[in-house]
Amino acid sequence: METFIQVAYLVASVSFIIAIKLLGSPRTARIGNWLGSLGMLLGIVATLFYKAVVRYEWIGIGLGIGTALGAWMALSVKMTAMPQMVAILNGFGGAASALVAAAEAERSFLEPTLYPSAFTLLTIGLSVAIGMVTFSGSFIAFAKLQELITGRPVMLPFHHLQSLLFLVLSIGTVIALTVAGGAPLLYGTGAASFLLGLWIALPVGGADMPVIVAFLNSLSGLAAATTGFVLNNYLLIVSGTLVGASGLILTHIMSKAMNRSLWNVLFAAVGKGGEVGAVTDKAVRSTTAEDVALMVSYAKEVVVVPGYGMAVAQAQHAVKKLMDALITRGVEVRFAIHPVAGRMPGHMNVLLAEADVPYDRLCEMERINPDFPQVDVVLVIGANDVVNPAARKDPNSPLFGMPILDVDKAKTVIVLKRSMNPGFAGVENELFYQQNTYMLFGDARRSLEAITEALKEI
Amino acid sequence: MTDILFALFIFTLSAFLGFELISKVPPTLHTPLMSGSNAISGVTIVGAIVVAGEAGSPLLIGLGVLALVLATINVVGGFLVTDRMLRMFKKRG
Repeated sequence: METFIQVAYLVASVSFIIAIKLLGSPRTARIGNWLGSLGMLLGIVATLFYKAVVRYEWIGIGLGIGTALGAWMALSVKMTAMPQMVAILNGFGGAASALVAAAEAERSFLEPTLYPSAFTLLTIGLSVAIGMVTFSGSFIAFAKLQELITGRPVMLPFHHLQSLLFLVLSIGTVIALTVAGGAPLLYGTGAASFLLGLWIALPVGGADMPVIVAFLNSLSGLAAATTGFVLNNYLLIVSGTLVGASGLILTHIMSKAMNRSLWNVLFAAVGKGGEVGAVTDKAVRSTTAEDVALMVSYAKEVVVVPGYGMAVAQAQHAVKKLMDALITRGVEVRFAIHPVAGRMPGHMNVLLAEADVPYDRLCEMERINPDFPQVDVVLVIGANDVVNPAARKDPNSPLFGMPILDVDKAKTVIVLKRSMNPGFAGVENELFYQQNTYMLFGDARRSLEAITEALKEI
Repeated sequence: MTDILFALFIFTLSAFLGFELISKVPPTLHTPLMSGSNAISGVTIVGAIVVAGEAGSPLLIGLGVLALVLATINVVGGFLVTDRMLRMFKKRG
């Protein structure tokens, strides 16, 4: 039976590898996801055959409750709430890994004959620590994205010093646990790393959000892998490590898109105030939906730059309607997607896909940036920091060096915005004060609907 | 000791494989890839089943069942929500 289980684990591992591979290409992604879920099912079924597994009633209860809740969450969540959904699921995974390791530790502490080796204690400690950081960090990310707490960077006095303290405490308790064992050190590790997760995620806000979400995703994989070491379970080691490594790549892609290192994102919160230079006396020009309709209807090409504001206003369907109206009038429409627009990697792509915008109309930053000088009208919908020219021009700006969409080079820029509040980074945006920029204030969805409506009159 | 070394061996190779697997993924798929791999990281469900299913004290069972519920939400929710997203991408061929 043991052989059967291990062979099943091998097959499951391979299916996960192929699944991740297939998820990387649009044509095969859906099959990849299915293959992954089949591999998971196989792993679960095989595990039920372990000799030590006897209490099927508890397993049934756990699987039943989890399936019901998971399915309900997945089927009822709105596409605009996808970032927080991914964050909370990720947190649950991390917590589960920590709990499994903790339970294993408790069992061995209770039975002196099973007393674990130093290596096992080390892996238990790491698993609890990484799992708890994942859990509390994801929880903060969830709370920020759900707007239960402010989405802006939160910094306590001496914040990084405190983070460092919790980091040292986490590592210290893991080492102590490895050497001495015992439940108090186990729970000490859990508590220290729980606080560390909170402190790491609190200062992250705005455009940094996709980085931390990707990073936490990577950590949840690592937590599963370390739990695999605790249980000596190769399926956990292989798949957890795969997710950890591929998640790290995604994190790297995200931080590179901001020209910053992961370290910099975690430990140098952008825009905790200050820096809001003396631009406030400058005037912006606001415009009306009717004027915008006129401008876009005579344009040869319109480029739409979506940002988090589009997600908040749930404006993706209104954008699609405007796009259709423009295309029937012979206006070319493209979407310029900044890699970190929104609150998770690929956030804008998901929303626009939900609204049925064909993905060949979505352009990556590198591809569309050279075209901006020829673009007649750019519609910036709820994006701010990713179009701030200060990132290119002003060495004193906290955004300096971050690659941006060069919308300021377009002939006309129209910015749809709720109010003149600065973006998440809390940095003034000189784009709004440019000669060729018009502001259309109000809820993005209503503004877009008004433009589409006004187009019919022209 | 050989057990540990063998596990580390697998760990290292898997890490390199993971780095290689997603070198060139279009941004459109970043979210589904993340939520799909997130569901896979719920593989800790396997560990949760072992812990919840073993005979033990109420504390152990409690920890195990809680872990199992959380991991199951991660797995079921993760795969389903990924499929929902990918279904949208698929509509245009």
